[in-house]
Amino acid sequence: MTPAVILLHPADNVVVCCRTVRMGERILLEGGVELIARGDIEIGHKMARVALATFAKVIKYGAPIGSMTQSADAGEWVHLHNMKSDYIGAHTRSTSGEGE
Amino acid sequence: MIANGYLRADGRKGIRDVLAVGYLVECAHHVARRIVEMADDTEVQLVGFPGCYPNDYALRMMKALSTHPNVGGVILLSLGCEGFNREELARHISQSGRAVETVVIQHAGGTRSAISEGLAAVGRVKAQMKRSLVKAPFDFSDLIVGTICGGSDGTSGITANPAVGRAFDRLVDLGATCIFEETGEMIGCEGPMGDRAITADVAVAIRGSIEKADKYYRAMGYGSFAPGNAEGGLSSQEEKSAGAYIKSGHRPISGVIKPAEVPSAHGLYLLDVVPDGAPKFGFPNISDNAEIVELMACGAHLTLFTTGRGSVVGSAIAPVIKITGNPETFRKMAEDMDVNAGRIFGGEADLDEVAEEIVALVKATAAGARTKSEELGHQEFILTYKSFDQAGPACLPRTAAHR
Repeated sequence: MTPAVILLHPADNVVVCCRTVRMGERILLEGGVELIARGDIEIGHKMARVALATFAKVIKYGAPIGSMTQSADAGEWVHLHNMKSDYIGAHTRSTSGEGE
Repeated sequence: MIANGYLRADGRKGIRDVLAVGYLVECAHHVARRIVEMADDTEVQLVGFPGCYPNDYALRMMKALSTHPNVGGVILLSLGCEGFNREELARHISQSGRAVETVVIQHAGGTRSAISEGLAAVGRVKAQMKRSLVKAPFDFSDLIVGTICGGSDGTSGITANPAVGRAFDRLVDLGATCIFEETGEMIGCEGPMGDRAITADVAVAIRGSIEKADKYYRAMGYGSFAPGNAEGGLSSQEEKSAGAYIKSGHRPISGVIKPAEVPSAHGLYLLDVVPDGAPKFGFPNISDNAEIVELMACGAHLTLFTTGRGSVVGSAIAPVIKITGNPETFRKMAEDMDVNAGRIFGGEADLDEVAEEIVALVKATAAGARTKSEELGHQEFILTYKSFDQAGPACLPRTAAHR
């Protein structure tokens, strides 16, 4: 059975989904901590391991990968809608081209 | 010995015996492509440069690619009036001991006659390649391996990239030369990367190359972060960077090279791909194949290509081994993927086992086994304008054997 999530570094405040996780799914982390998925989260995407406040650094691989632009509860999906790069902005298909 | 390689007159050894047909301006592209199509031989492959204005980088790159150890002979296709210095390129190829012929479309009398002249040249160059064929033992110490990632997602940095990193460690330990690049995708990793340099000068060069990349991409307005990266779960440039950086493994970094510079000794090298000076010709590498072409120009015999979303590309001249970190991508695109690093997620393999599999595949590919993209006929190639200052000697402290 594929584990639901992986913690890449002990200092991380996000975990990464090893398969698509369903809303309401209970996920047991090492050390007995239980997370409840706050939505469907796809493989490779991040889930908050703890509650994250606005402006909090998102830590993955033990290193900051950006900052929260909104708060998130533990178990919530962490992505472009609630975090951003501290270096250079990301672009998506909907932000490029004529439809700007 | 891992293979029976092709020994070239200049002393370099290849793992394939390619006849490269190179167009020197877009106006000669169709004629060159028809020659390759009509030759109907997987080892007759199309390369070229589309611009009409001269560019030192493009000339340097075409020289390096035309004398790549996997290339045994070359046919150059010129329209006749373009800026490319075809005489100098032909002289360089000839001096390397390789067979070379040039077809000038305006001299030949147009499309049809240039195609038939080109096909006749293919026959002659092939015959000469056959006559001058020398096979020689090919060992890890002869091998140069590059790595890139394309279509990265949240799985790449967990499975495929660290597995390639461990494969790089093994290859370096076995005496091979390994090259990683994508300095624009390592923005945020300059600190730990500089700490791995073998000398203080190399550390300065590493940090400088990342700083240059950061500046350059800011001026362009976009990082290398593409829409598919976000769909795959990556949320920022630095998150992508951290995942990409792991491909370099853990060995010390022996030097920083620029495109068309072949590492002077064994070990691990960083290829600085971002042009020097103010942004001039647009994005440093407009797509993954532009990066593969630069790795080849630095002598890479083959490229390890990690992908999450699922790239299908291969390359002219040097085989591409594709490694996906995403088990769902492997299921959907198994025909295109050489290695399924996504098995790590299911606990069916660990990073070391996948690294061993990659090293074994590198050996088999060097010995002539064809990769998935080779089987499918992928021979992508792209070369565009860039400008570089040459690297100083400080960036290449280890000046050893002639390669």
